[in-house]
Amino acid sequence: MDRLLFLLAAGLARGAVLALFALSLVIVWRAARVVNFAQAAMAAAAVYAAFHATAATGSYWIGLATGLAAGALLGAAVERGLMRRLPAHAPLPGIIVAIGLVMVLQAGLAIAFGPEHRPMHPPFSQRPFVIGGVPLLSPYDLFTLGAAAAVMAALALLFNRTPLGLRLRAAAFAPETARLAGVRVPRMVALGWALSAAAAALAALLLVPTELGLNPHAVDLLFVNAFAVAVIGGLDSPAGALLAGIGTGLLVSLVTGYASASAAPLAVLALMTLVLLVRPGGLLAAKEARTA
Amino acid sequence: MKTPLRALLLTVLALGGTFGLDPFRNYQLAAAAACFAAVAGLTVLVGLTGQLSLGHAVLMAAGGYGFAWAATAVDGPWPLALLAGLLAAALASGLLGLLLGAAAARLRGPYLAGLTLALVIALSAAAGALPLGGDQGVRAPFFPVPEALSALIAVEQWHAWLAITVAAAAVTPLAVLRSGPAGLRMRAVLDDETAARLSGIDPGRVKTGAFVASAIPAGLGGAVLAIATQQVTPGGYGLAFSLSLVVAAVAGGLGSIGGAAAGAVLVTVLPWAADELAALAPAELGRRLDGNLAVLLFGAALVALTLAWPGGAARLLHRARALRFATPSTTTER
Repeated sequence: MDRLLFLLAAGLARGAVLALFALSLVIVWRAARVVNFAQAAMAAAAVYAAFHATAATGSYWIGLATGLAAGALLGAAVERGLMRRLPAHAPLPGIIVAIGLVMVLQAGLAIAFGPEHRPMHPPFSQRPFVIGGVPLLSPYDLFTLGAAAAVMAALALLFNRTPLGLRLRAAAFAPETARLAGVRVPRMVALGWALSAAAAALAALLLVPTELGLNPHAVDLLFVNAFAVAVIGGLDSPAGALLAGIGTGLLVSLVTGYASASAAPLAVLALMTLVLLVRPGGLLAAKEARTA
Repeated sequence: MKTPLRALLLTVLALGGTFGLDPFRNYQLAAAAACFAAVAGLTVLVGLTGQLSLGHAVLMAAGGYGFAWAATAVDGPWPLALLAGLLAAALASGLLGLLLGAAAARLRGPYLAGLTLALVIALSAAAGALPLGGDQGVRAPFFPVPEALSALIAVEQWHAWLAITVAAAAVTPLAVLRSGPAGLRMRAVLDDETAARLSGIDPGRVKTGAFVASAIPAGLGGAVLAIATQQVTPGGYGLAFSLSLVVAAVAGGLGSIGGAAAGAVLVTVLPWAADELAALAPAELGRRLDGNLAVLLFGAALVALTLAWPGGAARLLHRARALRFATPSTTTER
C-alpha cells in the first residue's frame, strides 16, 4: 500500500512533465498542422543553453530563463527558416524535414559538447517528504508540479481569454479568413512555434535533473512518451493532453515500480496502439469531416 | 516480363561486379544489398501510399531474428537451412507488417509515424522482455563457401552473392507489384480516398496490403544482414539506423526502386567514409566526430533535399526525361 502511494505520487510529477511536453506538441499541431518530430532535439538544445548559463552565473533561475528564451528563439527560427518554405497541405515533407533537423541538432550537440551525460542539479531537494511513514513527493516534485500547472494555466488563459489568443486561434483554424480580418497569420504561426518550443524546453528542464544527466539524447524518451500522450488525448485537444499525460505518467510509474523500467516503453506503446485501434483520432478529438 | 528480365540482368551484373572488389568492399556490398531490400520496401510504401514508417529497422530486426531462429533450428544441408531461415524471416516481418498495417489503415500521417517511432524505441525493451537474448542478441549461423567454389572466392564474396540474390528475389516482386494493378490502386488511394472508394477500391485493404508488401522485403533485408554479420542485436536496429533508411528513401526519390539502390549505397558508404575522415582529425575532435559527422551530413541532406524538391532527386530525373520525350507525367506531386 505504501509502495502504491509512493508510485502514484511519483507518477503524478512524471505525468505533469509529460502533459506539458504533450501540450507543446498540441500547440504546434494546432498552429501549423505539423507534428514536430524535432521537438526533443530542440528542447535538448535549449537545455544545453540553460546548462551553460547556470554554469557561467551559478544561478539556476538565470539558466531556466535562458533555456526558455533559447527554446522560444529556436522555435521561431525553425518556423521562419524551414517549415514556412514547405508546401502546405502535405504532411510528409514537414515530418521529413523535422527528422532531418533532429539528426542535425543531435549530431551537432554531440560534436560541440561531447556525448557524455552532464549532471544537472535541481534547485530544490529531491529527498521526499515522509507523511505518516510513507515517502511521498519531494520538494523538487512539488516545484515540477507547480511550474507545469502554472504554465499550462497561463497558456489556457492566453489562448482562451486574450485578444492575442483569439488571433492565434483564428490564424490556426482559418488562415485565409483570419488574414482578411487583419490578423498577421505568418507572425501568429511563428509565435505558436515559439510558445510550443518554450513549453517543451521547460518540460525538458524539469525532467533532466531527475534523470542521468544532460546528453543530446536526454529528451528522446520524453518525446516518444509525450507523443503517445498527445495521440492518446487527440492531437487537437489540450485537455486531452493533460488527462492522458497524468494517466500515462501514473501508468509508467506503476509499470516501472512493479515490473521493470525497461517494460515501461512497451506499456506506453501498447496503450497507444489500443487507443488508436478503438479511436483512431484519440480520446478527445473533434470529429473529422466525413470522407464517404 | 520486362521487369523480371531487367532484374535478372542487373543481378548477374552485380554478381560479376563482386570479383572487382576486395573482401571489405564485398562486406559493404552485402550490407548495402540488405539496406536496398528494406529501402525498396519503404520507398514504395511512402511514395505510393503516403504512409511514412519510421520503424522499418524493426521490420528488418524481425526478419533477422526469424532467420537466426529458423536457420539454427533446421538441421540439414545448408541450402535447406538458408531457405528455412529466409521463409521464417519473410513470415516474421510479414506478420509484424500485417499488424502495423492494420493499425496504419486507420491512421493518418503523423499518427503512423509516431506509432512506428515508438516501436523503434521499444525494440530494445522488447528484446529484453521476449526470448530474444536481450542486448547481446542472438547468433545467426555461419554459411561457409561451398566446396565447389572455395578455391575461387572468399567468404565475404560468397556472402555478397547470397545478399545480392536474396535482395533481388525480395525486390523484384515488389517492382512487379508496383507497376501492376496493385500499384495503380495504391496511387488511387493516395490521390483521393473517397474517389478510390467510389471506384470500388477498399482503402483500408490497399494500405494494409502495401504495408505487408513493404515489410517482407525489409525482413529479408534483415536476414541478409544476419548472414553477413552472423548476429542479430537490438542495438544494430536502433533509431539512427531506422532514420537512415528514411534518408535513403528520400535521397533516392520516394517511390523509385532504382533510387532506393542509390540511397542504400549512400547510407552504407557515407557513415564509413565520415568515420574514416573523423579518424584523421585530432584525438578529442575525432572522438566527437566519430559516428556523429555522418548523422549531421544525413540530416542536412534530408532537410536540403526536401526543401529543394519535396519529391526527391529521382523525381527530378523523371521530370527531365519526361521533358525530353514530351510525354505527360502521370505521377502527382505529393
